[in-house]
Amino acid sequence: MITREISFILNGSEMCIDVDVRMSLLDVLRNEGFNSIKQGCGVGECGACTALVDGVPYDTCVYLAVWADGKEIRTVEGESRNGELSKVQRAYIDAGAVQCGYCTPGFIMTTTAFVEKHKGKDIDRELIRKEHAGNLCRCTGYEMIICAVESCMKDS
Amino acid sequence: MFDIKQYEKAESVKDAVRLLSENPNAKLISGGTDVLIRLREGHSEYSELVDIHDLEEIKGVSYTDTGDIEICAATTFTEVVDSEIINDVLPVLALASGTVGGPQVRNVATIGGNLCNGAVSADSLASLCVLDALLITESAEGEREIPIIDFYLGPGQVVLGQTEILKSIRICLDNYAGYGTHYYKYAMRNAMDIATIGCAAAVKMDDGKIETLKISFTVAAPKPIRAKTAEEFAVGLEPTEENIKKIAKQVMNDVTPRDSWRASKDFRLHIIETLAERVIKHAAEDAGGES
Ligand SMILES: Cc1cc2nc3c(=O)[nH]c(=O)nc-3n(C[C@H](O)[C@H](O)[C@H](O)COP(=O)(O)OP(=O)(O)OC[C@H]3O[C@@H](n4cnc5c(N)ncnc54)[C@H](O)[C@@H]3O)c2cc1C
Ligand code: FES
Ligand code: FES
Repeated sequence: MITREISFILNGSEMCIDVDVRMSLLDVLRNEGFNSIKQGCGVGECGACTALVDGVPYDTCVYLAVWADGKEIRTVEGESRNGELSKVQRAYIDAGAVQCGYCTPGFIMTTTAFVEKHKGKDIDRELIRKEHAGNLCRCTGYEMIICAVESCMKDS
Repeated sequence: MFDIKQYEKAESVKDAVRLLSENPNAKLISGGTDVLIRLREGHSEYSELVDIHDLEEIKGVSYTDTGDIEICAATTFTEVVDSEIINDVLPVLALASGTVGGPQVRNVATIGGNLCNGAVSADSLASLCVLDALLITESAEGEREIPIIDFYLGPGQVVLGQTEILKSIRICLDNYAGYGTHYYKYAMRNAMDIATIGCAAAVKMDDGKIETLKISFTVAAPKPIRAKTAEEFAVGLEPTEENIKKIAKQVMNDVTPRDSWRASKDFRLHIIETLAERVIKHAAEDAGGES
Protein backbone atom coordinates (compact mmCIF):
# COMPACT_ATOMS: atom_id res chain seq x y z
CA MET A 1 0.00 0.00 0.00
CA ILE A 2 1.35 3.41 -0.98
CA THR A 3 0.31 6.24 1.29
CA ARG A 4 0.86 9.99 1.37
CA GLU A 5 0.34 12.44 4.18
CA ILE A 6 -1.99 15.22 3.11
CA SER A 7 -3.37 18.22 4.94
CA PHE A 8 -6.38 20.25 3.97
CA ILE A 9 -9.13 22.35 5.46
CA LEU A 10 -12.47 20.60 5.56
CA ASN A 11 -15.49 22.79 6.27
CA GLY A 12 -13.24 25.18 8.19
CA SER A 13 -11.33 22.58 10.25
CA GLU A 14 -7.75 21.59 9.58
CA MET A 15 -7.18 17.93 8.84
CA CYS A 16 -3.98 15.99 8.43
CA ILE A 17 -4.31 12.37 7.41
CA ASP A 18 -2.44 9.54 5.70
CA VAL A 19 -4.26 8.50 2.57
CA ASP A 20 -3.86 5.48 0.35
CA VAL A 21 -2.99 6.85 -3.13
CA ARG A 22 -5.65 4.57 -4.61
CA MET A 23 -8.42 6.48 -2.85
CA SER A 24 -10.66 9.07 -4.41
CA LEU A 25 -11.59 12.18 -2.46
CA LEU A 26 -15.07 10.64 -2.24
CA ASP A 27 -13.64 7.58 -0.42
CA VAL A 28 -11.78 9.81 2.06
CA LEU A 29 -14.70 12.14 2.77
CA ARG A 30 -17.13 9.29 3.34
CA ASN A 31 -14.60 7.45 5.54
CA GLU A 32 -14.35 10.62 7.63
CA GLY A 33 -18.11 10.55 8.07
CA PHE A 34 -19.11 13.17 5.55
CA ASN A 35 -21.97 11.14 4.14
CA SER A 36 -23.58 13.99 2.22
CA ILE A 37 -21.13 12.94 -0.48
CA LYS A 38 -23.00 10.28 -2.46
CA GLN A 39 -21.59 7.79 -4.89
CA GLY A 40 -24.10 7.67 -7.71
CA CYS A 41 -22.24 6.61 -10.82
CA GLY A 42 -18.59 6.69 -9.73
CA VAL A 43 -17.53 7.91 -13.18
CA GLY A 44 -18.14 11.65 -13.29
CA GLU A 45 -21.60 11.54 -14.87
CA CYS A 46 -24.07 12.38 -12.09
CA GLY A 47 -22.60 14.99 -9.71
CA ALA A 48 -24.00 13.34 -6.55
CA CYS A 49 -20.45 13.38 -5.16
CA THR A 50 -19.82 17.11 -5.80
CA ALA A 51 -17.72 19.02 -3.25
CA LEU A 52 -16.06 22.41 -3.56
CA VAL A 53 -12.28 22.46 -3.73
CA ASP A 54 -11.02 26.02 -3.31
CA GLY A 55 -14.52 27.17 -4.19
CA VAL A 56 -14.80 25.15 -7.42
CA PRO A 57 -17.16 22.17 -7.82
CA TYR A 58 -15.55 18.81 -8.61
CA ASP A 59 -16.85 15.27 -8.88
CA THR A 60 -14.99 13.75 -5.93
CA CYS A 61 -15.41 10.21 -7.32
CA VAL A 62 -12.93 11.01 -10.12
CA TYR A 63 -10.60 13.20 -8.05
CA LEU A 64 -7.63 11.55 -6.36
CA ALA A 65 -7.54 12.15 -2.61
CA VAL A 66 -3.85 13.13 -2.80
CA TRP A 67 -4.84 16.13 -4.95
CA ALA A 68 -6.66 17.61 -1.94
CA ASP A 69 -3.33 18.38 -0.25
CA GLY A 70 -3.19 22.06 0.69
CA LYS A 71 -6.76 22.74 -0.50
CA GLU A 72 -9.87 24.03 1.17
CA ILE A 73 -12.79 21.64 0.85
CA ARG A 74 -16.46 22.29 1.46
CA THR A 75 -19.30 19.78 1.70
CA VAL A 76 -22.92 20.43 2.54
CA GLU A 77 -22.27 19.50 6.20
CA GLY A 78 -20.42 22.80 6.58
CA GLU A 79 -22.94 25.06 4.89
CA SER A 80 -25.30 25.82 7.77
CA ARG A 81 -24.19 28.33 10.41
CA ASN A 82 -25.29 28.09 14.06
CA GLY A 83 -28.17 25.84 13.12
CA GLU A 84 -29.29 28.15 10.28
CA LEU A 85 -29.42 26.74 6.80
CA SER A 86 -27.45 28.53 4.09
CA LYS A 87 -29.34 30.72 1.65
CA VAL A 88 -29.01 28.07 -1.05
CA GLN A 89 -30.27 25.28 1.22
CA ARG A 90 -33.22 27.43 2.27
CA ALA A 91 -34.01 28.28 -1.37
CA TYR A 92 -34.12 24.56 -2.34
CA ILE A 93 -36.61 23.86 0.44
CA ASP A 94 -38.75 26.90 -0.32
CA ALA A 95 -38.87 26.08 -4.04
CA GLY A 96 -39.79 22.42 -3.40
CA ALA A 97 -36.60 21.35 -5.17
CA VAL A 98 -36.00 18.32 -2.94
CA GLN A 99 -37.77 14.99 -3.35
CA CYS A 100 -35.81 11.82 -2.55
CA GLY A 101 -32.82 14.01 -1.74
CA TYR A 102 -30.09 11.79 -3.13
CA CYS A 103 -28.91 14.42 -5.62
CA THR A 104 -29.49 17.36 -3.28
CA PRO A 105 -26.12 17.76 -1.49
CA GLY A 106 -24.31 17.72 -4.83
CA PHE A 107 -26.74 20.20 -6.34
CA ILE A 108 -26.47 22.49 -3.30
CA MET A 109 -22.68 22.62 -3.68
CA THR A 110 -22.88 23.30 -7.43
CA THR A 111 -25.41 26.08 -6.83
CA THR A 112 -23.34 27.51 -3.96
CA ALA A 113 -20.32 27.85 -6.27
CA PHE A 114 -22.55 29.18 -9.07
CA VAL A 115 -24.03 31.90 -6.85
CA GLU A 116 -20.58 32.89 -5.57
CA LYS A 117 -19.13 33.02 -9.12
CA HIS A 118 -21.99 34.97 -10.71
CA LYS A 119 -22.94 37.26 -7.82
CA GLY A 120 -24.29 40.59 -9.08
CA LYS A 121 -24.24 39.49 -12.75
CA ASP A 122 -27.22 39.22 -15.04
CA ILE A 123 -27.85 35.53 -15.56
CA ASP A 124 -30.51 33.65 -17.47
CA ARG A 125 -32.05 30.21 -17.09
CA GLU A 126 -29.94 28.90 -19.97
CA LEU A 127 -26.74 29.63 -18.02
CA ILE A 128 -28.23 28.08 -14.88
CA ARG A 129 -29.04 24.94 -16.87
CA LYS A 130 -25.60 24.82 -18.49
CA GLU A 131 -23.78 25.25 -15.19
CA HIS A 132 -25.91 22.57 -13.48
CA ALA A 133 -25.68 20.10 -16.37
CA GLY A 134 -23.19 17.97 -14.41
CA ASN A 135 -25.78 17.12 -11.74
CA LEU A 136 -28.50 14.59 -12.44
CA CYS A 137 -31.85 14.45 -10.66
CA ARG A 138 -34.24 11.55 -11.24
CA CYS A 139 -37.14 13.03 -9.28
CA THR A 140 -37.83 16.73 -9.68
CA GLY A 141 -37.67 17.31 -13.42
CA TYR A 142 -35.24 20.17 -12.66
CA GLU A 143 -37.81 22.97 -12.92
CA MET A 144 -37.96 23.61 -9.17
CA ILE A 145 -34.18 23.36 -8.90
CA ILE A 146 -33.79 26.09 -11.50
CA CYS A 147 -36.36 28.20 -9.66
CA ALA A 148 -34.35 27.73 -6.45
CA VAL A 149 -31.15 28.90 -8.16
CA GLU A 150 -32.96 31.87 -9.67
CA SER A 151 -34.27 32.92 -6.30
CA CYS A 152 -30.73 32.76 -4.82
CA MET A 153 -29.52 35.04 -7.61
CA LYS A 154 -32.34 37.49 -6.97
CA ASP A 155 -31.40 38.12 -3.36
CA SER A 156 -27.62 37.91 -3.82
CA MET B 1 -10.56 2.51 -4.88
CA PHE B 2 -8.58 2.73 -8.07
CA ASP B 3 -6.19 -0.10 -8.85
CA ILE B 4 -3.03 2.04 -8.73
CA LYS B 5 0.14 0.00 -8.17
CA GLN B 6 2.79 2.69 -8.59
CA TYR B 7 2.43 6.39 -7.98
CA GLU B 8 4.91 9.24 -8.36
CA LYS B 9 4.17 12.95 -8.23
CA ALA B 10 6.23 14.96 -10.73
CA GLU B 11 7.54 18.34 -9.56
CA SER B 12 8.23 19.65 -13.07
CA VAL B 13 8.14 18.61 -16.73
CA LYS B 14 11.81 17.51 -16.49
CA ASP B 15 10.99 15.49 -13.40
CA ALA B 16 8.06 13.84 -15.21
CA VAL B 17 10.30 12.94 -18.17
CA ARG B 18 12.77 11.38 -15.74
CA LEU B 19 10.08 9.40 -13.92
CA LEU B 20 8.69 8.12 -17.23
CA SER B 21 12.21 7.13 -18.34
CA GLU B 22 12.76 5.16 -15.15
CA ASN B 23 9.57 3.15 -15.51
CA PRO B 24 8.56 1.99 -19.00
CA ASN B 25 5.10 0.99 -17.72
CA ALA B 26 4.32 4.41 -16.27
CA LYS B 27 1.65 6.66 -17.77
CA LEU B 28 0.81 10.29 -17.11
CA ILE B 29 -2.26 11.46 -15.26
CA SER B 30 -3.30 15.10 -15.51
CA GLY B 31 -6.99 15.89 -14.93
CA GLY B 32 -7.69 12.17 -14.67
CA THR B 33 -11.10 12.29 -16.36
CA ASP B 34 -10.04 9.71 -18.90
CA VAL B 35 -7.41 7.83 -16.86
CA LEU B 36 -9.54 7.36 -13.72
CA ILE B 37 -12.52 6.21 -15.80
CA ARG B 38 -10.25 3.69 -17.51
CA LEU B 39 -9.05 2.48 -14.09
CA ARG B 40 -12.64 2.29 -12.85
CA GLU B 41 -13.44 0.09 -15.84
CA GLY B 42 -10.64 -2.24 -14.76
CA HIS B 43 -8.06 -1.50 -17.46
CA SER B 44 -4.64 -2.19 -16.03
CA GLU B 45 -2.55 -0.13 -18.49
CA TYR B 46 -2.94 2.88 -16.20
CA SER B 47 -1.98 1.18 -12.93
CA GLU B 48 1.44 2.88 -12.78
CA LEU B 49 1.12 6.64 -12.76
CA VAL B 50 3.25 9.74 -12.99
CA ASP B 51 1.10 12.58 -11.71
CA ILE B 52 1.26 16.00 -13.40
CA HIS B 53 -2.04 17.19 -11.95
CA ASP B 54 -2.14 20.97 -11.54
CA LEU B 55 1.53 21.36 -12.51
CA GLU B 56 1.93 25.15 -12.50
CA GLU B 57 4.71 25.07 -15.13
CA ILE B 58 2.27 23.89 -17.79
CA LYS B 59 -0.84 25.90 -16.91
CA GLY B 60 -2.20 29.08 -18.43
CA VAL B 61 -2.71 30.91 -21.72
CA SER B 62 -0.40 33.66 -22.97
CA TYR B 63 0.83 35.63 -25.99
CA THR B 64 4.37 35.07 -27.27
CA ASP B 65 6.55 38.02 -28.43
CA THR B 66 5.48 37.35 -32.00
CA GLY B 67 1.73 37.40 -31.27
CA ASP B 68 1.26 33.64 -31.28
CA ILE B 69 -0.92 32.10 -28.58
CA GLU B 70 0.55 29.53 -26.22
CA ILE B 71 -1.98 27.33 -24.41
CA CYS B 72 -0.25 25.20 -21.80
CA ALA B 73 -1.27 21.54 -21.76
CA ALA B 74 -2.50 21.34 -18.16
CA THR B 75 -4.91 24.26 -18.58
CA THR B 76 -8.43 23.08 -17.72
CA PHE B 77 -11.39 23.60 -20.05
CA THR B 78 -12.95 26.00 -17.54
CA GLU B 79 -9.74 28.06 -17.62
CA VAL B 80 -9.83 28.00 -21.44
CA VAL B 81 -13.49 29.10 -21.50
CA ASP B 82 -12.80 31.90 -18.98
CA SER B 83 -9.53 33.06 -20.59
CA GLU B 84 -9.66 36.63 -21.88
CA ILE B 85 -7.11 35.90 -24.61
CA ILE B 86 -9.03 32.88 -25.88
CA ASN B 87 -12.31 34.81 -25.92
CA ASP B 88 -10.67 37.74 -27.70
CA VAL B 89 -8.83 35.95 -30.47
CA LEU B 90 -9.74 32.23 -30.45
CA PRO B 91 -13.48 32.33 -29.72
CA VAL B 92 -13.97 29.05 -31.59
CA LEU B 93 -11.84 27.28 -28.99
CA ALA B 94 -13.86 28.82 -26.15
CA LEU B 95 -17.03 27.63 -27.88
CA ALA B 96 -15.70 24.10 -28.36
CA SER B 97 -14.27 23.88 -24.83
CA GLY B 98 -17.63 24.88 -23.36
CA THR B 99 -19.24 21.79 -24.92
CA VAL B 100 -17.04 19.33 -23.00
CA GLY B 101 -18.92 17.24 -20.42
CA GLY B 102 -20.48 19.26 -17.61
CA PRO B 103 -19.02 21.95 -15.36
CA GLN B 104 -17.43 19.56 -12.88
CA VAL B 105 -15.65 17.77 -15.73
CA ARG B 106 -14.50 21.03 -17.34
CA ASN B 107 -13.14 22.19 -13.98
CA VAL B 108 -10.59 19.38 -13.94
CA ALA B 109 -10.27 18.03 -17.52
CA THR B 110 -7.28 19.51 -19.34
CA ILE B 111 -6.96 20.47 -22.98
CA GLY B 112 -3.68 18.53 -23.20
CA GLY B 113 -5.29 15.38 -21.81
CA ASN B 114 -8.10 15.78 -24.33
CA LEU B 115 -5.60 15.58 -27.22
CA CYS B 116 -3.23 12.98 -25.76
CA ASN B 117 -6.07 10.63 -24.90
CA GLY B 118 -6.47 10.14 -28.64
CA ALA B 119 -10.28 9.95 -28.76
CA VAL B 120 -11.49 10.96 -32.20
CA SER B 121 -14.50 12.62 -30.55
CA ALA B 122 -12.35 15.02 -28.48
CA ASP B 123 -14.10 18.38 -28.50
CA SER B 124 -11.04 20.61 -28.70
CA LEU B 125 -9.80 18.79 -31.77
CA ALA B 126 -11.74 20.18 -34.75
CA SER B 127 -11.09 23.80 -33.73
CA LEU B 128 -7.40 23.17 -33.15
CA CYS B 129 -7.21 21.53 -36.60
CA VAL B 130 -8.61 24.60 -38.41
CA LEU B 131 -6.26 26.78 -36.35
CA ASP B 132 -3.34 24.59 -37.53
CA ALA B 133 -2.18 24.17 -33.95
CA LEU B 134 1.40 23.10 -33.23
CA LEU B 135 1.94 20.74 -30.33
CA ILE B 136 5.12 21.34 -28.36
CA THR B 137 6.44 18.29 -26.53
CA GLU B 138 9.39 17.32 -24.39
CA SER B 139 10.85 13.86 -23.94
CA ALA B 140 14.12 12.17 -23.03
CA GLU B 141 15.17 12.91 -26.66
CA GLY B 142 14.47 16.64 -26.31
CA GLU B 143 11.80 19.00 -27.58
CA ARG B 144 9.80 18.80 -30.79
CA GLU B 145 6.88 20.47 -32.55
CA ILE B 146 4.14 18.37 -34.11
CA PRO B 147 1.43 19.76 -36.40
CA ILE B 148 -1.89 18.65 -34.94
CA ILE B 149 -3.00 16.88 -38.09
CA ASP B 150 0.06 14.57 -37.81
CA PHE B 151 -0.52 13.89 -34.11
CA TYR B 152 -3.14 11.16 -34.56
CA LEU B 153 -2.36 7.68 -35.82
CA GLY B 154 -5.83 6.20 -35.38
CA PRO B 155 -8.53 5.78 -32.75
CA GLY B 156 -6.91 6.12 -29.31
CA GLN B 157 -3.44 6.37 -30.81
CA VAL B 158 -1.18 9.40 -30.93
CA VAL B 159 2.47 9.79 -31.93
CA LEU B 160 3.77 10.48 -28.41
CA GLY B 161 6.71 8.36 -27.24
CA GLN B 162 6.82 6.73 -23.81
CA THR B 163 8.71 9.60 -22.16
CA GLU B 164 7.09 12.39 -24.19
CA ILE B 165 4.97 15.06 -22.54
CA LEU B 166 2.77 17.57 -24.29
CA LYS B 167 3.80 20.95 -22.89
CA SER B 168 1.77 23.40 -24.89
CA ILE B 169 -0.39 24.07 -27.90
CA ARG B 170 0.71 26.97 -30.09
CA ILE B 171 -1.53 28.89 -32.47
CA CYS B 172 0.46 31.12 -34.81
CA LEU B 173 -0.71 34.66 -35.48
CA ASP B 174 -1.14 33.96 -39.21
CA ASN B 175 -3.51 31.12 -38.44
CA TYR B 176 -5.99 33.13 -36.37
CA ALA B 177 -5.74 36.79 -37.39
CA GLY B 178 -8.39 37.81 -39.90
CA TYR B 179 -10.37 34.56 -39.78
CA GLY B 180 -14.03 34.12 -38.94
CA THR B 181 -14.69 30.83 -37.16
CA HIS B 182 -17.38 28.50 -35.86
CA TYR B 183 -17.74 25.09 -34.17
CA TYR B 184 -20.74 22.83 -33.88
CA LYS B 185 -20.93 19.66 -31.86
CA TYR B 186 -23.71 17.32 -32.83
CA ALA B 187 -24.57 15.01 -29.94
CA MET B 188 -27.68 13.21 -28.77
CA ARG B 189 -27.93 15.43 -25.70
CA ASN B 190 -26.96 19.07 -25.21
CA ALA B 191 -24.74 18.32 -22.23
CA MET B 192 -22.72 15.42 -20.84
CA ASP B 193 -22.53 13.63 -24.16
CA ILE B 194 -19.71 12.97 -26.57
CA ALA B 195 -19.89 14.18 -30.15
CA THR B 196 -21.58 12.13 -32.85
CA ILE B 197 -19.88 14.54 -35.26
CA GLY B 198 -17.86 17.68 -34.53
CA CYS B 199 -17.22 20.33 -37.17
CA ALA B 200 -15.13 23.51 -37.09
CA ALA B 201 -14.41 26.01 -39.84
CA ALA B 202 -12.25 29.09 -40.30
CA VAL B 203 -12.90 31.46 -43.18
CA LYS B 204 -10.89 34.41 -44.45
CA MET B 205 -12.69 36.75 -46.83
CA ASP B 206 -11.30 38.99 -49.56
CA ASP B 207 -13.55 41.47 -51.31
CA GLY B 208 -16.71 39.47 -50.65
CA LYS B 209 -15.17 36.17 -51.76
CA ILE B 210 -13.74 33.29 -49.77
CA GLU B 211 -9.96 33.63 -49.82
CA THR B 212 -9.30 30.69 -47.51
CA LEU B 213 -11.54 28.01 -46.03
CA LYS B 214 -10.33 25.57 -43.42
CA ILE B 215 -12.83 22.95 -42.35
CA SER B 216 -12.30 20.03 -40.02
CA PHE B 217 -14.39 17.11 -38.80
CA THR B 218 -14.13 14.73 -35.90
CA VAL B 219 -15.72 11.26 -35.76
CA ALA B 220 -16.03 11.52 -39.55
CA ALA B 221 -13.02 9.22 -40.11
CA PRO B 222 -10.65 7.15 -37.93
CA LYS B 223 -8.63 10.33 -37.36
CA PRO B 224 -9.55 14.01 -37.23
CA ILE B 225 -9.51 15.31 -40.78
CA ARG B 226 -9.39 18.49 -42.81
CA ALA B 227 -11.74 18.37 -45.81
CA LYS B 228 -9.12 19.39 -48.39
CA THR B 229 -11.29 18.92 -51.50
CA ALA B 230 -13.90 21.26 -50.11
CA GLU B 231 -11.25 23.74 -48.94
CA GLU B 232 -9.77 23.99 -52.46
CA PHE B 233 -13.18 24.12 -54.12
CA ALA B 234 -14.26 27.07 -51.94
CA VAL B 235 -11.47 29.46 -52.93
CA GLY B 236 -12.80 32.48 -54.81
CA LEU B 237 -16.47 31.69 -54.23
CA GLU B 238 -18.93 34.11 -52.70
CA PRO B 239 -20.45 32.59 -49.58
CA THR B 240 -23.99 32.51 -50.98
CA GLU B 241 -26.41 29.85 -49.78
CA GLU B 242 -26.10 28.04 -53.08
CA ASN B 243 -22.29 28.06 -53.06
CA ILE B 244 -22.15 26.92 -49.46
CA LYS B 245 -24.37 23.95 -50.38
CA LYS B 246 -21.94 23.09 -53.19
CA ILE B 247 -18.94 23.32 -50.87
CA ALA B 248 -20.71 21.10 -48.33
CA LYS B 249 -21.27 18.46 -51.08
CA GLN B 250 -17.51 18.46 -51.74
CA VAL B 251 -16.90 17.54 -48.12
CA MET B 252 -18.31 14.09 -48.91
CA ASN B 253 -15.11 13.32 -50.86
CA ASP B 254 -13.01 13.68 -47.73
CA VAL B 255 -14.92 11.81 -45.02
CA THR B 256 -15.24 8.12 -44.17
CA PRO B 257 -17.55 7.79 -41.17
CA ARG B 258 -18.42 4.41 -39.70
CA ASP B 259 -21.45 2.65 -38.33
CA SER B 260 -21.61 2.48 -34.55
CA TRP B 261 -24.25 2.10 -31.86
CA ARG B 262 -24.23 5.88 -31.56
CA ALA B 263 -25.17 6.55 -35.19
CA SER B 264 -25.25 4.80 -38.54
CA LYS B 265 -22.90 5.73 -41.35
CA ASP B 266 -25.73 7.21 -43.44
CA PHE B 267 -26.96 9.32 -40.56
CA ARG B 268 -23.41 10.55 -39.93
CA LEU B 269 -23.03 11.50 -43.61
CA HIS B 270 -26.26 13.47 -43.39
CA ILE B 271 -25.06 15.29 -40.26
CA ILE B 272 -21.67 16.00 -41.84
CA GLU B 273 -23.24 17.74 -44.81
CA THR B 274 -25.71 19.68 -42.67
CA LEU B 275 -23.02 20.78 -40.22
CA ALA B 276 -20.68 21.77 -43.05
CA GLU B 277 -23.32 24.16 -44.41
CA ARG B 278 -24.17 25.59 -41.02
CA VAL B 279 -20.61 26.00 -39.82
CA ILE B 280 -19.26 27.53 -43.05
CA LYS B 281 -22.18 29.98 -43.11
CA HIS B 282 -21.51 31.14 -39.54
CA ALA B 283 -17.76 31.32 -40.06
CA ALA B 284 -18.19 33.39 -43.25
CA GLU B 285 -20.59 35.74 -41.44
CA ASP B 286 -18.12 36.00 -38.59
CA ALA B 287 -15.42 36.90 -41.14
CA GLY B 288 -17.61 39.71 -42.40
CA GLY B 289 -19.01 38.04 -45.54
CA GLU B 290 -22.71 38.13 -46.40
CA SER B 291 -24.47 34.85 -46.92
C1 LIG C 1 -18.42 12.48 -17.46
C2 LIG C 1 -17.42 12.77 -18.54
C3 LIG C 1 -17.81 13.50 -19.65
C4 LIG C 1 -16.89 13.79 -20.67
N1 LIG C 1 -17.32 14.53 -21.74
C5 LIG C 1 -16.45 14.85 -22.73
C6 LIG C 1 -16.87 15.66 -23.83
O1 LIG C 1 -18.03 16.08 -23.92
N2 LIG C 1 -15.97 15.95 -24.79
C7 LIG C 1 -14.67 15.51 -24.73
O2 LIG C 1 -13.89 15.83 -25.62
N3 LIG C 1 -14.25 14.74 -23.69
C8 LIG C 1 -15.10 14.40 -22.70
N4 LIG C 1 -14.68 13.62 -21.65
C9 LIG C 1 -13.33 13.05 -21.67
C10 LIG C 1 -12.27 13.82 -20.89
O3 LIG C 1 -12.85 14.65 -19.91
C11 LIG C 1 -11.41 14.68 -21.79
O4 LIG C 1 -10.82 13.93 -22.81
C12 LIG C 1 -10.32 15.42 -20.99
O5 LIG C 1 -9.92 16.55 -21.71
C13 LIG C 1 -9.11 14.58 -20.65
O6 LIG C 1 -8.18 15.41 -19.96
P1 LIG C 1 -7.57 14.98 -18.54
O7 LIG C 1 -6.64 16.04 -18.13
O8 LIG C 1 -8.66 14.63 -17.60
O9 LIG C 1 -6.80 13.68 -19.01
P2 LIG C 1 -6.20 12.44 -18.21
O10 LIG C 1 -7.28 11.48 -17.91
O11 LIG C 1 -5.35 12.88 -17.09
O12 LIG C 1 -5.27 11.86 -19.38
C14 LIG C 1 -5.77 11.42 -20.62
C15 LIG C 1 -4.66 10.81 -21.45
O13 LIG C 1 -3.73 11.79 -21.86
C16 LIG C 1 -2.44 11.54 -21.33
N5 LIG C 1 -1.93 12.85 -20.94
C17 LIG C 1 -2.56 13.78 -20.16
N6 LIG C 1 -1.84 14.92 -20.13
C18 LIG C 1 -0.76 14.72 -20.90
C19 LIG C 1 0.36 15.54 -21.28
N7 LIG C 1 0.49 16.80 -20.85
N8 LIG C 1 1.30 15.01 -22.10
C20 LIG C 1 1.18 13.74 -22.57
N9 LIG C 1 0.15 12.93 -22.25
C21 LIG C 1 -0.81 13.41 -21.42
C22 LIG C 1 -2.64 10.55 -20.21
O14 LIG C 1 -1.52 9.74 -20.04
C23 LIG C 1 -3.84 9.77 -20.73
O15 LIG C 1 -3.43 8.82 -21.67
C24 LIG C 1 -15.57 13.33 -20.59
C25 LIG C 1 -15.17 12.61 -19.45
C26 LIG C 1 -16.06 12.33 -18.43
C27 LIG C 1 -15.61 11.57 -17.22
S1 FES D 1 -20.69 9.61 -8.23
FE1 FES D 1 -19.33 11.12 -8.84
S2 FES D 1 -20.26 11.95 -10.56
FE2 FES D 1 -21.55 10.30 -10.11
S1 FES E 1 -34.52 14.60 -5.59
FE1 FES E 1 -34.34 12.49 -6.08
S2 FES E 1 -32.68 12.47 -7.47
FE2 FES E 1 -33.03 14.56 -7.19
